[in-house]
Amino acid sequence: MSLAIRPYYPDYSTVPTQHHFNPYADNGGSIVAIAGNDFVIIGADTRLSAGFSIYTREQNKLFSLSGTTVLGCSGCWCDTLTLTRILKSRMQMYQQEHNKVMSTEACAQMLSTMLYYKRFFPYYISNVLVGLDNEGKGCVYSYDPIGHCEKATYRAGGSAGALLQPLLDNQIGQKNMLNVKPESVTKERALSIIKDVFISAAERDIYTGDSISINIITKDGITQETFELRKD
Amino acid sequence: MFSAPPFWENGPAPGNFYNFPNLQPQVQQPQDFRQHSQSPVTTSTSLVGITYDKGILVAGDLLASYGSLARYRNCPRIVKINENIILGASGDYADFQYVKDFVEQKVISEECLDDGLALKPKSLYCWLTRILYNRRSKMDPLWNNFIVAGIQDGQPFLGTVDKHGTAYADKVICTGYGAHIATPLLRDSLDKNPQLNLAEAKALIEKCLEVLYYRDARSYPKYQLGIIDVEQGVSIEGPLEVPQKWEIAYHSKRF
Amino acid sequence: MSSIGTGYDLSASQFSPDGRVFQVEYAMKAVENSGTVLGLKGSDGIILAAEKLILSKLHEPGTNQRIFNIDKHIGMAFSGLIADARQVVQIARREAADYRQQYGVSIPLKYLNDRVSMYMHAYTLYSAIRPYGCSVILASYEDGEPTMYTIDPSGVSYGYHGCATGKAKQAAKTEIEKLKVSQLPCRELAKEAAKIIYLVHDELKDKNFELELSWVCKESNGLHQKVPDNVYQEAERAAKQAMEADSESDTDDL
Repeated sequence: MSLAIRPYYPDYSTVPTQHHFNPYADNGGSIVAIAGNDFVIIGADTRLSAGFSIYTREQNKLFSLSGTTVLGCSGCWCDTLTLTRILKSRMQMYQQEHNKVMSTEACAQMLSTMLYYKRFFPYYISNVLVGLDNEGKGCVYSYDPIGHCEKATYRAGGSAGALLQPLLDNQIGQKNMLNVKPESVTKERALSIIKDVFISAAERDIYTGDSISINIITKDGITQETFELRKD
Repeated sequence: MFSAPPFWENGPAPGNFYNFPNLQPQVQQPQDFRQHSQSPVTTSTSLVGITYDKGILVAGDLLASYGSLARYRNCPRIVKINENIILGASGDYADFQYVKDFVEQKVISEECLDDGLALKPKSLYCWLTRILYNRRSKMDPLWNNFIVAGIQDGQPFLGTVDKHGTAYADKVICTGYGAHIATPLLRDSLDKNPQLNLAEAKALIEKCLEVLYYRDARSYPKYQLGIIDVEQGVSIEGPLEVPQKWEIAYHSKRF
Repeated sequence: MSSIGTGYDLSASQFSPDGRVFQVEYAMKAVENSGTVLGLKGSDGIILAAEKLILSKLHEPGTNQRIFNIDKHIGMAFSGLIADARQVVQIARREAADYRQQYGVSIPLKYLNDRVSMYMHAYTLYSAIRPYGCSVILASYEDGEPTMYTIDPSGVSYGYHGCATGKAKQAAKTEIEKLKVSQLPCRELAKEAAKIIYLVHDELKDKNFELELSWVCKESNGLHQKVPDNVYQEAERAAKQAMEADSESDTDDL
């Protein structure tokens, strides 16, 4: 039908509405992780949202895979649920087959493989995996949705990732600073930086807020902490 | 140079049928061979769910719309699954009936085993999540938002799953238009008084449905209320009537 | 039946010259080796009763049940090989579920009986498989109408008012015939069923047994379920009293 003979009604659509199903949803959320010499800290906000709706204000997005490894996920929540469930069973299968707990490095590689396996229908998640390596040193791995993996010492991911990463580069990586001597970050400083950057993110990013849950991993185990953010 | 003549003149190409007036096929072949139904047809609107001190309330109206047409006016969509679960649905009514049928069959099959165990709310919630996620992964979603309410280990549980398989549990859950209109009202009340009793929760739900009826053009004043209580068990009340006061409309400049 | 099959008993797909399928008859022998099961159709429902022989004192009570639920409104009791029966139960449950999925209502017992008996019959036709070593009793209560069928390993099924299979089926049938089954309510029938099971139980050959009682009737709202504890205890007490009275009258005769 040509446009010339199609009548125009201002209040009614004259073309049939076509829904197109989009299998992905953006449920927001931000992850920040900082590793030190004998610890690693990961924090994730607890807001689960879609568009202008806040689904829930208390959604944990940190998944402990073993006693020394924690995964933080943000992005498409239905993919997160699926991925973390498969990861959990893969961890159990590894434990039962090898009679030992999977190391952080192995977890990191397995996650990469699992993401790449879905290369052509990816899990739309930004993953940040943290843990202690075999020497007890903290490490951070970050991923893109299709399994690219990079090891780092600090990383911000998720909806406010692009907002926070330069801040971490400056504060932790000591980038673009003159006359500083390189020094490793302490646990106390890492914790306070994580809280500060989340406060900043909550100011600017509507998908980040409500509160953060923080996991601190040391050789003594995982301790959990929460910290309130603005809720608007 | 010599070249071979065409296979035969005015005839079908090798391997094809003879096409007499030599017309091109009129029917356009489908471009997408896996086009599933990608939009809901007969739909129901919001569901409102809230946790009170000893249980959960879930309410939803009885209307199933066909686009903007109020087509079916007695479509219950809050159902008792067993002695400790209520399932509510909004979105496509046919998809809901399909899900309801196989959930009910699951419950019957489990009852047959006669081992004294019953489906638990979190199990149903998780199971639905997997089903909806698998369907979305096939690009053939079940176009619903489900609310699972139940009592597990003596604690109220309220969870929801949408057509993607996105799932979460909270004290307040509303679907559809209610997510925008009723959720803020309910969250506000719950912030002021975290331990509502049944009567307060009922009044709150009624208020939300009233506001929704004023504002949501796909809503209907007849509704059902599912109650699941730690002590009283499951009951589904209704059809109930939303209280309406249209006189106030005349105080608005818009009328 | 000749104890030597003269070579015609090696396969279910072969007749003997006098027109019998020995494998099927052997399957019926397997049924006759197990405890008695009976079904009574009364005025307001059906009682199923089973004599569950306890082969070892170490068994947990309540295990290896002989009466199963097929659907909300259908019960099945069996005698014969338990593993075979469980497979029949599974088939019946699947058929009931399929019917419900297709037609949205629970399966009428007539149809379930047809489907299950056809299935069991199919197992009497091929050389590679053996027939089911069990007989089952199907019972339901639909729209105020109790219905009961039994299916044999041959796949033959009949509707009954009262039926029995297993070890003492003849004795049990004789006892059932003495009753005016169709005029009695289920609560009475529960007692009668228990009495018969206790009566036909052979104390010399089989030491211990457990009585299983289930019903599907008006009182259970058309659901098939184990009889309530009080009904069970009453039935068991009535059965034991009847046994005592019996043995006393026996001694009087002496």
